[in-house]
Amino acid sequence: MTPLAGYLLVAALLFAIGLGGALIRRNAILVLIGIELMLNAANLNLIAFWRYGPHPEALTGMMFAIFSIAVAAAEAAVGLGLIISIYRHAQTTDLDRINRMKG
Amino acid sequence: MSIPFFVISALTVAGGLAAMTLKNTVHCALALSVAFAGIALLFLSLDAQFAGFAQILIYIGAVAILVVFAILLTRGSETPTDGVHSGTWLVGLAIAAAVFAVLGWAVLASAPGLHDEAAAPVVTVRDIGNALMGRYVLPLEIVALLLTAATIGAVIVAMHEKARTK
Amino acid sequence: MLIQEGAAAAFHPQIAGPASFAVRNLWLVPAVPIVAAGVIALLKQPRRKLSAGLAIGSLGFSMLLAFVAFAHVAAGWASGVAVRETVNFTWIQAGTASVALGWVLDPLSAVMLVMVTFVGLLIFIYSTGYMAHDENFTRFFCFLSLFAGAMLGLVISNSILLLFMCWELVGLTSYLLIGFWYHKPSAAAAAKKAFMTTRVGDVLFLLGMVWLFAQTGTLLFYNNGAGSMEGWALGGLISAHAGLGLTAAGAIGLLIFAGAVGKSGQFPLHVWLPDAMEGPTPVSALIHAATMVAAGVYLVARVYPLMQAGAAANGTTTALIVITWIGSITAVFAALIAIAQNDIKRILAYSTVSQLGYMMAGLGIGGVAVGMFHLITHAFFKSLLFLGAGSVIHGCHEEQDVRHMGGLKAYMPWTFATYAIAMLALCGFPLLFSGFWSKDAILESAKGWEISKGPYYLLVFGAVLTAFYMTRQVSYVFFGKWRGHHPAHESPRVMVLPMAILALFAVLLGLIGTPAWPWFRSFLEGHGAEANLSVFGEPAFLMLLGTSCIVVFLGIGIAWWLYGNRSPAAEEPDALEKAVPLVWAGLRDRLYVDEFYDVTVIAFYRAWARVANWLDRRVWGGIVAGVALAFRGLAHLDRLIDESWVNGGFDKGCEELSTGGGLLARMQTGRVQTYLRLLALAFVVLAAILIWSSRP
Repeated sequence: MTPLAGYLLVAALLFAIGLGGALIRRNAILVLIGIELMLNAANLNLIAFWRYGPHPEALTGMMFAIFSIAVAAAEAAVGLGLIISIYRHAQTTDLDRINRMKG
Repeated sequence: MSIPFFVISALTVAGGLAAMTLKNTVHCALALSVAFAGIALLFLSLDAQFAGFAQILIYIGAVAILVVFAILLTRGSETPTDGVHSGTWLVGLAIAAAVFAVLGWAVLASAPGLHDEAAAPVVTVRDIGNALMGRYVLPLEIVALLLTAATIGAVIVAMHEKARTK
Repeated sequence: MLIQEGAAAAFHPQIAGPASFAVRNLWLVPAVPIVAAGVIALLKQPRRKLSAGLAIGSLGFSMLLAFVAFAHVAAGWASGVAVRETVNFTWIQAGTASVALGWVLDPLSAVMLVMVTFVGLLIFIYSTGYMAHDENFTRFFCFLSLFAGAMLGLVISNSILLLFMCWELVGLTSYLLIGFWYHKPSAAAAAKKAFMTTRVGDVLFLLGMVWLFAQTGTLLFYNNGAGSMEGWALGGLISAHAGLGLTAAGAIGLLIFAGAVGKSGQFPLHVWLPDAMEGPTPVSALIHAATMVAAGVYLVARVYPLMQAGAAANGTTTALIVITWIGSITAVFAALIAIAQNDIKRILAYSTVSQLGYMMAGLGIGGVAVGMFHLITHAFFKSLLFLGAGSVIHGCHEEQDVRHMGGLKAYMPWTFATYAIAMLALCGFPLLFSGFWSKDAILESAKGWEISKGPYYLLVFGAVLTAFYMTRQVSYVFFGKWRGHHPAHESPRVMVLPMAILALFAVLLGLIGTPAWPWFRSFLEGHGAEANLSVFGEPAFLMLLGTSCIVVFLGIGIAWWLYGNRSPAAEEPDALEKAVPLVWAGLRDRLYVDEFYDVTVIAFYRAWARVANWLDRRVWGGIVAGVALAFRGLAHLDRLIDESWVNGGFDKGCEELSTGGGLLARMQTGRVQTYLRLLALAFVVLAAILIWSSRP
């Protein structure tokens, strides 16, 4: 197994863990944490491919990852703001209870 | 496949697992920080120093704090009376496992085609700066815009609620 | 021969040239009264003066135009030209066959035009007085005007189809006017009877018309040599044979005569005329004395070339023989019945039937001029008699039974004077009155008829009877003493004046038909006429004069002796009745013709009506009911299908849809995590497919 494959597997595992948590946990904030984990896994993927890719000197992978980090931070801020908002409205962060979108 | 790689990977994965399974939400947030740190170390091991330090700065230094603040503001620290897991947690687990299976299969199936040991790139901050101001100036500006919008948005979302509860 | 027979050579026919003013505008003569009728129909009842004014004005205009046309023809006659102008046009074109209409101006139509418009105008004026108290004044004048237009159209028509159309229209207006007081059941029944009886004749007329068209290929009488009354067509008709020893000409002639039998009240279709007296008296005067009943006579005169075609060595044809005999029999038949009638108008009605018989016989024996002369004179004095009767009825406050009148010559002198003149004209009082000359011409022709002397004896007997019943009537009405309830009064001037004018003509018309100067005959036949007073001295003339005198004085004498100045009470039986009660009963009951029809024809139709009723109710009605039942059943079945299958199916479908929707809606849990799971699942599936498909 090449190092790249190893890194990719780790990233995949992290991604699956993050996804599993996002699907299973009831607290909205923990869903967000799961999403952060997934993003990180993706970043790891990016950097790994940059490192073992054909043109590392083009810095494409690194730039991508950096921007990803920036965007993820912004997204976390907004998402948490929303969760606080919902908490104020529904007095709970339990996702099983928040089903106003029910059809 | 060196030893440090395995250790760091194990740490990261453990942190991630802990973050997703612990009952206390604050513990989860702390475990998340551990996972972030592991990721940063992995970046460093991949010769992406700037990315690694940025990871530490931003994720551990800002995002994790933010998460903790949110937990505190929503009384997430109180352990809920009925279980932390959703009623249908098995389905979610199954789906996550399926996802991992697919991804793993993709990786292993394409393993022969992957590149191998390439020369370690030397990336200086100056290079990164040139790239940001040169080739990636547009994404930079857009991200700046995005960050501005996000900041304003978060403030507004939080502030309106404050104004109503007054 | 007494009467000059074509002494001068027949005139040369008119050279075809541009149509004269008279014939070009001849269509206005019937058109204007019809238009007036239409306008009056739109008026409301209270507009009496306007409606009467319109009717009289339009007919007056037609009269002036008729005079112009007559003057044109007379001028032609005076210069030796036999005028016969036509205006023809095609109405419907169907391939090579065409239906043509048109009008003709010749001596025959000219004299009829003048007579119809003049007498008609006088009667219109009389009607304004007679119908003054009637509330349906406007409707009366509308119908009168319509009748006048139709009659005039009939007179001028050159196409047998147009003639038939006007014939029918005249019949319609007769129906409308007989039944004018329609809420009287007897009037309504009389109108129906008139229409039905004339219909019998009309059907045969129609058959003859169609046969004529089929045989000759044209509907026009005169069409520059191509008409059906002209040489080429007649030749074809004579050569075609129709069975029973008749030529086509004879058969068609008899069929057309059948129409005349109906319209002119000849035996056996005379039964409607006496009942037609239910209409107002001006109607009886105009339609059932002067004009409409004369239309049959006019028709025979118009198609006379056809009747006469193929004359044998004895100078006559089968058609003419039949016409003569029927006319003669009718003359005597009706006169006999007239003796025993007690209604003043009914006596005159039967008298009309009798005189129409004279006219027909005259046509058959002596030709167009003889018959037409009697028609013209009869129009004047018979309408005068009817107007006088109307005046009497009006004066006696709607009394119509002669046994309740009497001595009216003192109360109604003007009426008496005019009535007396007319009565004498009808009886044929020698020399002074037109009726004498016209009847004499007929008798003279009958005497010289080679086929048989039968008509002559019948007509003479009829003359005796005529004098008898008229004297009886006059003595009952005007002589003796008054037997009525309220005192009688003379009629207003508007009624008396037309009567006086008619009386004048009843006398003066004789001048144009005497043998000394037979202007009328010459005018109609198209040859010159010379005045020759020496005719009065010929022995043949004197013998005829003697016969007529004997006949008239015999009739008047016997009647005066029986009735005279006496005025028996109404309940007492008639003087003649006392003498021959059985004969009297038969005559009074109209010789049982109506009863005979009732038993045979009417009973036959009643039976058929019952059959038709049964068919209609049971068979056709049954079919209709069956169809209706089938439809209802179908409707029920439809409803069943609709409810169970369509509605049920639809409802079921909607239920399933609803359930399905409900099931699907469960996917929308409203929980974010569910959506997220689905996303991940979809990703897995997609990725698997991609990887699988990209395997080497």
